[in-house]
Amino acid sequence: MEVRELVKRYPKAQTNAVDGLTFAVAGGEIFGLLGPNGAGKSTTIGILTTRVRPTAGQALIANVDVMVAPRTVRSLLGVVPQRNNLDRSLSVRQNLLFHAAYHGVPKAVRARRAEALLEQFALTDRANEKPELFSGGQNQRMMIARTLMHDPSVLFLDEPTTGLDPAARLFVWDRIRELREAGVTIVLTTHDMDEAAALADRVGIVDSGRLLALDTPAALVRGLATGASLQIAVELADERGLAGLLDRLGTLAGVQRCEQVGAEALGHTIRLYLTGEPAAMVGPVAAAVAEVGARLIGVEIGEASLEDVFIDLTGRSLR
Amino acid sequence: MVRGPSFALMLRSFGSVLRRDIVVTGKDLVAFLAQVLLQPVFFLFVFGKLLTSLGYTSSGYSNLLFPGLVALTATVTAIQAMAFPLVAEFSWTKEIEDRLLAPLPLWAVAGEKVVFATLRALVASAVMFPIGIGVLGSIPYRADGLGLLIGVLLLGSLVGACIGMTVGTFVPPTKINIAFALIFTPLLFTGATQYPWPSLGQHLRWFQVLSAVNPITYVSEGMRAALVPNIPHIPGWICLLALAGSLAIFGTLGMIGFRHRAID
Repeated sequence: MEVRELVKRYPKAQTNAVDGLTFAVAGGEIFGLLGPNGAGKSTTIGILTTRVRPTAGQALIANVDVMVAPRTVRSLLGVVPQRNNLDRSLSVRQNLLFHAAYHGVPKAVRARRAEALLEQFALTDRANEKPELFSGGQNQRMMIARTLMHDPSVLFLDEPTTGLDPAARLFVWDRIRELREAGVTIVLTTHDMDEAAALADRVGIVDSGRLLALDTPAALVRGLATGASLQIAVELADERGLAGLLDRLGTLAGVQRCEQVGAEALGHTIRLYLTGEPAAMVGPVAAAVAEVGARLIGVEIGEASLEDVFIDLTGRSLR
Repeated sequence: MVRGPSFALMLRSFGSVLRRDIVVTGKDLVAFLAQVLLQPVFFLFVFGKLLTSLGYTSSGYSNLLFPGLVALTATVTAIQAMAFPLVAEFSWTKEIEDRLLAPLPLWAVAGEKVVFATLRALVASAVMFPIGIGVLGSIPYRADGLGLLIGVLLLGSLVGACIGMTVGTFVPPTKINIAFALIFTPLLFTGATQYPWPSLGQHLRWFQVLSAVNPITYVSEGMRAALVPNIPHIPGWICLLALAGSLAIFGTLGMIGFRHRAID
């Protein structure tokens, strides 16, 4: 799957919703598009799934241009939209069966597949009910099961766990991981950095329709100017020893810089910005603290997250 | 290179989408028939039976009214079967998305809706015949007119479906109720349903011109040409031609609207 210089400007809009996106997704990969609401994630999915006409650029699924052969593309992809679009006039099972029929799946195959997916997505009990009064989690499970009925090779999940409770969210995550094991290419959008970090092999960070960074979650975090950090609390015998301690800590190998971030009755909090692994620095830091006659009373490892990457790139928080 | 979906697949897919609509309607066939037939049945009873029995209208009036009411039922049923679900599916339930993502061309998804609305309209108008016998005692029928009757009803239903698609895709969803109130009532009373169009020439020329713009007029007049040719009517071939023209116009408009709603 590949997009090249993709641009979408909606009629009457002042700016481009998608503004020159270029990226490629390898077969069997989980690719996450991470960005705040309105970043252009859903529009990008819309173009790739033939529902939005791009203003410029090209989008290819399995080397097929979505604009040139939309029907071929639709037979290859599965879509789980952000909003519930289940057929409320049909039962759960019928939703699955008719979806497969629309895609020309033979009758025997669709019956077999429906039973297996109902089982896998824990829907067998309610298979004959209409999805009118289902919870968000059940609807989401149904929509994923439905789209798998025609055995798509690329699966698009638009905000797959937004609004779900933690258990439902983990259930969906597990199913997504199973699909990757089965070789399905997955493109998911999310504004949740934890989700991107937990699921995606690679993450593209988008904002205002532009791709700001693209790499594995680990590499994105590592690439931060401010990487991991270590926060310590110390008790000083003499208040005047603080400057000396900060100087001493600053000279340790692996410490980029350090600063006092809090002072309380119990002691001082100092944050050390590190270039290496935080855990490996605990020993040398403790030794340095002891050296100046202070007492170490607390240590906390602060791992940088994709949220920090986003703040670093845009100067704004993700939410 | 990936091979595209075959024509056979497209036909199967189209058939499945149509089957879905038939299955869903089949589940509440009685509700569907009650919904579309209540109004024409009352029309038939009050104007065809009651007023005639009381002596306010001549006995021939029911023969004039019946073909018009069948025509109205067919067209209005098709418009409603198309417009309301289309508005809901595009705006609120989003149900149409699953079909728009099937390996079907866009025109086939729209075409299925037209075919289904037409089927509903034809079923409703067919049921009007036994109801007519029940209410009126007897209805005008002419075996010679059967071909024209089927042709006019079929084209009338298709035109109704395409009008429904045009309204359902061009009118913003929040305004659909007001749009229907403003569109339906004039359509109902300018479609030569309750009066023979040619007779208007001597009395109300302006109303005749107005009626000539309403496609339902040609369905009503075509039905009279088929069933009661002794009543003044527009010749059948002109009706068929006018309906074919309306179909071309509203089919094109409806498809433009559908494409506009389906793809951003």
